[in-house]
Amino acid sequence: MSTNILTVDDLRIATTTGMPVLDGISLRVCRGEVLALIGASGSGKTTLALAALGHLRPGLRATGGSVRLDGVEMLTAPQPVLNRMRGRVASYIAQSAAAAFNPRMRLGDQVVESALLHRSQSAVQARARAQDLFGYLSLPNPDRIGTRFPYQVSGGQLQRFMIAMGLQEEPLLMVCDEPTSALDVTTQVEVMRLLKQAILDNDTAALFVSHDLAVVAQIATRIAVMCAGAIVEIGDTEQIINAPREDYTRELIAACQHLSLGALAQRPARLPASADATLSVKGVVAGYGKVSNGKPSIATLHGVDLEVRKREIVAVIGESGSGKTTLARVIAGLHAPASGAVTMSGETLAGLDAQRTAAQRRRIQLAVQMADTALNPKHRLRRILGRVLAFFHGIKGAAAEARMLELLAMVSLPPHYLDRYPTEISGGEKQRINLARALAAEPEILICDEITSALDTIVAGQIIALVKRLRDELGLTIIFISHDLATVASIADRVTVLRHGRVVEAGESAEVLSAPKDPYTRLLVASVPELRQGWLEDAAAMRATLATELETSRPGAA
Amino acid sequence: MTGASTSLRLSPTLAFSTVVLTMFALIALVSLVALPQDPFDFITDEPLMPPAVGMWLGSDYLGRDVLSRLMDGTRITLFMALTATLLAHLIGDTLGLLAATRGGFVDTVLSRIVDIVLALPKIIVGLVVVAALGSSVWVIIGIASVVYAAGVFRIARALGNDLKEMDYIKLARSRGEGMGWILFGEMLPHVVRPLATDFAIRASFAILFMSSLSFVGLGVQPPMADWGGMARENLGGLSTNPLAAVAPALAIALVSIALNLLVDALDGDARH
Amino acid sequence: MGSQGVVNFIIWRLFATLLLLFIVSLLVFWACEILPGDVAQVALGQYATPENVQALRLEMGLNEPAAQRYLHWLAGAVQGDWGRSMVTKSPVSALLSERVANTALLAGITTVIAVPLAILLGVAMAMWNGRALDRGASVVILALSATPEFLLATLLVLLFAVNLGWLPAVAYLSTGSGIGQTARALLLPTASLVVVVTAQIARMTRAILGNILTQPYIEMAILKGVPDRRIVARHALRNAVGPIANVVALNTAYLVSGIVVVETIFAYPGLARLMIDSVQSRDLPVVQACAMIFCATYVLLILLADVMARVFDPRSLPQRPMDTI
Repeated sequence: MSTNILTVDDLRIATTTGMPVLDGISLRVCRGEVLALIGASGSGKTTLALAALGHLRPGLRATGGSVRLDGVEMLTAPQPVLNRMRGRVASYIAQSAAAAFNPRMRLGDQVVESALLHRSQSAVQARARAQDLFGYLSLPNPDRIGTRFPYQVSGGQLQRFMIAMGLQEEPLLMVCDEPTSALDVTTQVEVMRLLKQAILDNDTAALFVSHDLAVVAQIATRIAVMCAGAIVEIGDTEQIINAPREDYTRELIAACQHLSLGALAQRPARLPASADATLSVKGVVAGYGKVSNGKPSIATLHGVDLEVRKREIVAVIGESGSGKTTLARVIAGLHAPASGAVTMSGETLAGLDAQRTAAQRRRIQLAVQMADTALNPKHRLRRILGRVLAFFHGIKGAAAEARMLELLAMVSLPPHYLDRYPTEISGGEKQRINLARALAAEPEILICDEITSALDTIVAGQIIALVKRLRDELGLTIIFISHDLATVASIADRVTVLRHGRVVEAGESAEVLSAPKDPYTRLLVASVPELRQGWLEDAAAMRATLATELETSRPGAA
Repeated sequence: MTGASTSLRLSPTLAFSTVVLTMFALIALVSLVALPQDPFDFITDEPLMPPAVGMWLGSDYLGRDVLSRLMDGTRITLFMALTATLLAHLIGDTLGLLAATRGGFVDTVLSRIVDIVLALPKIIVGLVVVAALGSSVWVIIGIASVVYAAGVFRIARALGNDLKEMDYIKLARSRGEGMGWILFGEMLPHVVRPLATDFAIRASFAILFMSSLSFVGLGVQPPMADWGGMARENLGGLSTNPLAAVAPALAIALVSIALNLLVDALDGDARH
Repeated sequence: MGSQGVVNFIIWRLFATLLLLFIVSLLVFWACEILPGDVAQVALGQYATPENVQALRLEMGLNEPAAQRYLHWLAGAVQGDWGRSMVTKSPVSALLSERVANTALLAGITTVIAVPLAILLGVAMAMWNGRALDRGASVVILALSATPEFLLATLLVLLFAVNLGWLPAVAYLSTGSGIGQTARALLLPTASLVVVVTAQIARMTRAILGNILTQPYIEMAILKGVPDRRIVARHALRNAVGPIANVVALNTAYLVSGIVVVETIFAYPGLARLMIDSVQSRDLPVVQACAMIFCATYVLLILLADVMARVFDPRSLPQRPMDTI
């Protein structure tokens, strides 16, 4: 027998200016069931998740349909009824715990707050329950850790507090909005495992929002695929992954499989690279603060080496805080190293771009992660590309126009885009323009710093394919910086793994990724979500065995 | 975009401020060409006479026409406020953006000077300078432009510092672009709107500041009068012709409120 | 450690404040004694004979070098000796004492009424977040905060003194007057100041809270079923204390300009009125003294604002006491 906890019927939500956001959504969540909502950014999945709790963000309004939670119509319920339901019947787990906890309240107080407001637990009961949950979620010192403020614990720990807060009143439904997306992959595995365990142990139903099919596959009993405010396909996890009915779902799965470690095996033999390094980084130390004896007061890189050969794609991998972006900026001349050297084709490059020659600056180009801040929003694309052509090559007028059309064609964008502003094109298109601008300089070395991490799976796959094609067609040398092993596996010839500003492993990507030697690399590899059920348990087990080994080699706290 | 422009069109506060500001701008322009009466002529023997035909706001404490003086004062008040704000922005924007892009020594020195100016109560600075130099239209404009330039500097410097961190500026620098392109090509389009908003709010501060100086008798000197001066000189006639003092004070309030509402509407619009 | 950091911060800011006051004293001295040319000539007017001017120069010590005169003036000022008035020839400090007390009374009463009122109003508006009441109140508050004090004061006088005759149009304070009389005299000046200061602080309080109410942790509180009132009172206000403290201190400092205007209208015997009269009669020693007192008060209030903002900043709490686990 299945009792519906959440019933959404023909739900329509639009902006106050009339743009539809959700367009006739119907779904049910039964007791003990985990329904995953998967879709690209802008598909309306967060709006739907919040509507389940009767909450619409400012600027949105419901234009039709109903949302019934445990028999209560949430769209029309008066505020006191909503307040009684929230936290108790259905709880919410936000994406960024760092932003979702009040910075000036103690964590324990925030966890028990709704239980005390609802009078569902006495103060003593609530504290005891919270401490149990802290212990259950493997938080250290469960009896004392609740007295801390949010900034006193790590990101992974905060996310566990968030889960504890969601479980405090043993709700019937947990609404999880991308609960692990803000975490590093190695942390994600542990939080996922705990979340899954908690849902099973408490027999809680869950609505689980994610953009990552591989993550969802580990935890969901059913999956709803969303696109542009509508549900494309809904079915059991097994069926969606193995026998998708809709083209969009198939596309999503293809992109997900392409960007996985499995992609290593399917790669064609790489182009022969020339033997000599076109760019080499030797013993680079860099960071912030005053430099003394070649060491800055806060170092993010402690003596990093990197060799890049012509026409090669070298990936630099690391989690947040590994120093990978600093390395990119050192090579590009945006950040002067405290010591060490960067040489290009035998020439030693000055630390800062201002001291480099125009030719040197032209030969190394950088494409950065946030296309939003990389392109001046007040300039049309014609001006963005045209400036680089005029600056480096003195090309103007008709010749420049012709060259810009060539560049657009190279990144597969139509000619009329030249008249658009960056605010008028999508995230993936911005990233293409970002690449086109770098190409306009006619560089030899292209540094791609996390260029796919802000993109949805399908779009990221397309950008990766584009980067590969550019290497093949233009003979570029590419330094590809990423936190995502799966992305790297599909593109890199060689891989360098960074951790806390040091190289822990480097080599051919096939070797490093299929038979990693360093325990950290092994942990990274094991943490890449795979699109198969049961992966999470394997990864968690692997993590447990590696944890002790790593703990001994870990210089700072996670 | 369309949503933003509709909300702009619909706002009653925006309509109010536009009407008020346009009206006073027109009055200032008209006063250049013609006034109902000579604002300096003693029209009637009866000082502080209540409104009558031909003297719609009555007479002031010397028997002059209040309406004509009010219109003449509009021109003086707006001219002084706009000139001072313009000067404050010329100084503040240039130095602020310079400090942000140059950084280092230039930034430190300018920022410390600005800290000192901002740490002083403006009205007291005004009184001390008037004590030293005497009072004239240009002294008052000079004081206001310097004290407000410090605030403008802060805003412009903060805008510049925010922009400096944008990747498109960093990439332009790493390309080797000169200061000219960075400032005028990349930064300028972004700072125009916030600085224009600041201009409006700063103009309202300047009007209040200058009127206050005139009101305490240390601003524009008789027989010339701005609104603050008029409010002061007719304060004794509240029982016979209250309009002579209230009308100019009300005019100041209207312009100041209109500028504030305008900025509020523009800010709300920018947030969409 | 955080508390250590706060103490260091306060010591550093105190030092900076002293340095600033020193610079201010230089500027004030420079403006009043060097800028106008010959002070003795200024004091005696343009028809004075050269002999008289020379005599006064000697008497005032103006033939000494400027640096020496400055140090002499500063040493006196630190001990409360501001020299002699050029007009009345009496010691400036004698003129000041009663005036300072009167202005402090006016400013103090205004602050005591306006600050709690403004914060309550700002918090109430935040609780009505976005509703008609909030939007209506916002426009009114905005308008009042942009209104010159002399319009409010003029209208109050017109209504209560001229038309109704309930209250005096001027606020004479004499040592003999009783509490009732003093209160009547203070009512209109205080009311004019309270309206403007309340409007300004309420407006900024509302803005600070409005900003905080868009934070993700507020949405999280909503989704935990926390009622609106409690969200504002517990979740938002905690984070607003520092910025609001800052606004309050800055606005009480802003009172200075309001006081200058209000003391003029009501002929209130305060420090600002004294300063304006002295500027008009170019009684420079008195101007110097008044300017220094106003600037010092203002600078100290800004110091207080900075310290409050720092104390209520979460980063100044003890840092990661159990970081190793």
